[in-house]
Amino acid sequence: MLAELGLAILWMAASLAGLQLIAGSFSLTKDGDGLGAIVRPVAIVQGVLVALAFASLIMLFVETDLSVKLVADNSHSAKPLIYKIAGTWGNHEGSMLLWVTVMGLAGGIVAAVERRLPERTMMATLAGQAFVSLGFYAFLLFASNPFQRLSPAPQEGNGLNPLLQDPGLAFHPPTLYLGYVGLSIAFSFAIGALVTREVGPAFARAMRPWVLGAWIFLTLGITAGSYWAYYMLGWGGWWFWDPVENASLMPWLAATALLHSVSVLAARNALRAWTVMLGVVAFSMSMIGTFLVRSGILTSVHAFAVDPRRGGFILALLAINIGAALVLFALRAGTVTEGERFEVTSREASLVFNNVMLSCILGIVLLGTLYPLVTEAMGVKVSVGPPYFTPMSAVFAVPMLVVLAIGPMLRWRHDRFARVRAVLAMPLGVTIVAAVGFALGGVRSPMALLALSLAPGLGVASLLPLRGRHLARAPLSLWGMVVAHVGIAVALFGMGADAAFTQQRLLAASVGQSTQLGPWRITLASIEPVAGPNWTALEADLSASYAGGAPVHLHPQSRTFWAPPQTTSVSALHTVWNGQLYTVLGEETHDASSAATPTGRWQLRLWWKPFVPMIWLGGILVALGGLLAMVSRVRQDLKRRSVRTRSRERKA
Amino acid sequence: MIRAAVCALALVAAPVVALADDTMPPAPYAYRQLDDPVKEAKAQKLMETLRCLVCQSQSIADSDAPIAGDMRNQVRLRINAGEDPEAIRQWLIQRYGDYVSYAPRVTASTWPLFAVPGGLIVVAAAVMRRRLAKRKNA
Repeated sequence: MLAELGLAILWMAASLAGLQLIAGSFSLTKDGDGLGAIVRPVAIVQGVLVALAFASLIMLFVETDLSVKLVADNSHSAKPLIYKIAGTWGNHEGSMLLWVTVMGLAGGIVAAVERRLPERTMMATLAGQAFVSLGFYAFLLFASNPFQRLSPAPQEGNGLNPLLQDPGLAFHPPTLYLGYVGLSIAFSFAIGALVTREVGPAFARAMRPWVLGAWIFLTLGITAGSYWAYYMLGWGGWWFWDPVENASLMPWLAATALLHSVSVLAARNALRAWTVMLGVVAFSMSMIGTFLVRSGILTSVHAFAVDPRRGGFILALLAINIGAALVLFALRAGTVTEGERFEVTSREASLVFNNVMLSCILGIVLLGTLYPLVTEAMGVKVSVGPPYFTPMSAVFAVPMLVVLAIGPMLRWRHDRFARVRAVLAMPLGVTIVAAVGFALGGVRSPMALLALSLAPGLGVASLLPLRGRHLARAPLSLWGMVVAHVGIAVALFGMGADAAFTQQRLLAASVGQSTQLGPWRITLASIEPVAGPNWTALEADLSASYAGGAPVHLHPQSRTFWAPPQTTSVSALHTVWNGQLYTVLGEETHDASSAATPTGRWQLRLWWKPFVPMIWLGGILVALGGLLAMVSRVRQDLKRRSVRTRSRERKA
Repeated sequence: MIRAAVCALALVAAPVVALADDTMPPAPYAYRQLDDPVKEAKAQKLMETLRCLVCQSQSIADSDAPIAGDMRNQVRLRINAGEDPEAIRQWLIQRYGDYVSYAPRVTASTWPLFAVPGGLIVVAAAVMRRRLAKRKNA
């Protein structure tokens, strides 16, 4: 019953989205005024209904109702509860339902709270949001129904890929989706403002919390995804320029540019057309990311739908949404003036520079990700990987990081470089000292050296805007910027350190054997079998002592799941202040002469990775900076609103 | 992120150009480093830019697939014998095609990969000139 109920609720939500689109659009015409009143309530009810539909799918997974095809294909009664719940979105249909749910809820919240914009702009925005949602509703209902029944119901489900049975899965996709979908709100605001020709500071202020929120979630999602890959894959890599990773990086790059230009628009009423354009691009990148991941065009486990019909459907949605937005932009671009002016040496100009650099990096990533698909269509298979992406994006990233150090020190509109020159001597000095020091210390890779020397200078420069201020009284949004920029420097240092200082040791060890790795003395103390709820494993007990200190114990496992049957290695990590020890247990080695004779020696893979956790610490700081900025902005907005209400009451 | 599993699946589904039978024990240098740290560093650097042919977006330096192990063995043996890393890459490209190398070469079908970034620099310079120069006159 629950499955049918869920489907019915989903249909109702979709119909309300249709109503929202029609009423919102007609309310913009001359005689449609009365219709405007129902748009906001409809948007709210739509959000509630789609959330109920999603809740019923979660319930089906919790109960492991195997008569539902999706549950039978992706779940198993013996799975721990948390993975039953997480399994709801660990598949194509469920994740698309999560997408429309977040979109519906976000639209509902906008409808409920946003009162600053002219009502006509709001109607256009909500109609735009409904238009995008409708496409995804259609996709769900016609091409990927999550509530489809299966007859006869199987005895047991297929289970969930063991690599997905990890706390990372519980948070990673929803976090990214919140980011993607937050950008859909920015997109809808951009559409609304274009339709009603209301691109200005009020529009920017309404859009900003959504952009900030989306950007925080994207940052966290990418950071978590990177850490997840790092410890799950068992080879110590943290970023692979994999198309799936790029799919999440591209919206982040666009959102980062959008975030900065929306601030300029809110504060200075400049960069109007640019901000609208970025709003369109950012959500387009979210949809392209979804298309790449979900269409099956990239053969990966992320591509749950290896089904060309679905790929075609998403591609059509993509073309309609992006195409319509670009046509609208082209029609209205002439009427959106550039806004306030500024000079070359000004904060706006440095933000423009960094926006352009971010867009170029976005271009490189998009090109490198899509190009192999193009050549494959021409019959040539090529690979584009780290040796292409890293230097190519560095061409644009390095000037950007330099300007990032200077820009926040400049004044709005007009400034003289001579004014900040003296202050910037400090970060420049730090960079030079770091470069010379690391070069003499034996860092040979140019990329690593660049990162390791830029990072400390950038870190110092990022703190400079606080100079001469009373720290407790500095505005929270300023703190947000400082923390986020310091986070970039911290992450950059971690990346450089990983490339420059990582030490690796591969060995076949018998129980009792020891090895030296950097400052660590590591001993294989024992190998024991252990069992979990749906797996068995061999577990190594590694005793590791840092520079002769008291030993710590690490327990890497070679884990065998039985539904579906698969073996994975589970790495064990130990973090100290200056790095991370990374250990993996492989298989028992065999005699070279006969594969059947075990040798009692076990494959161990050990890494000492100095300062590597700074990569993810940096990512968290960046997100924290975003959070501080968001709290500050929302607080300002609330204050402004209460002032407005009070003055209105006084008048009345 | 789920590439290890894909590797395993891909091996069952399509036994591609496997250099060795996977019932055999892994080749000697699949899970063993070269004794000379300079040569090992060279090998590691090269392995990070070679694609594991049966995996989804993993280099042979971070894959558990048997074929990746065999390729690591080949790379280490050849580096140890004193071969130049780029020569080894060329040898692998001859055997497996351009797909095996993560560093695309400039060819008739890949030149846009290198032309477009150059174009981006020009466009970026033009955009900035237009936006910023106009302000001065205004």
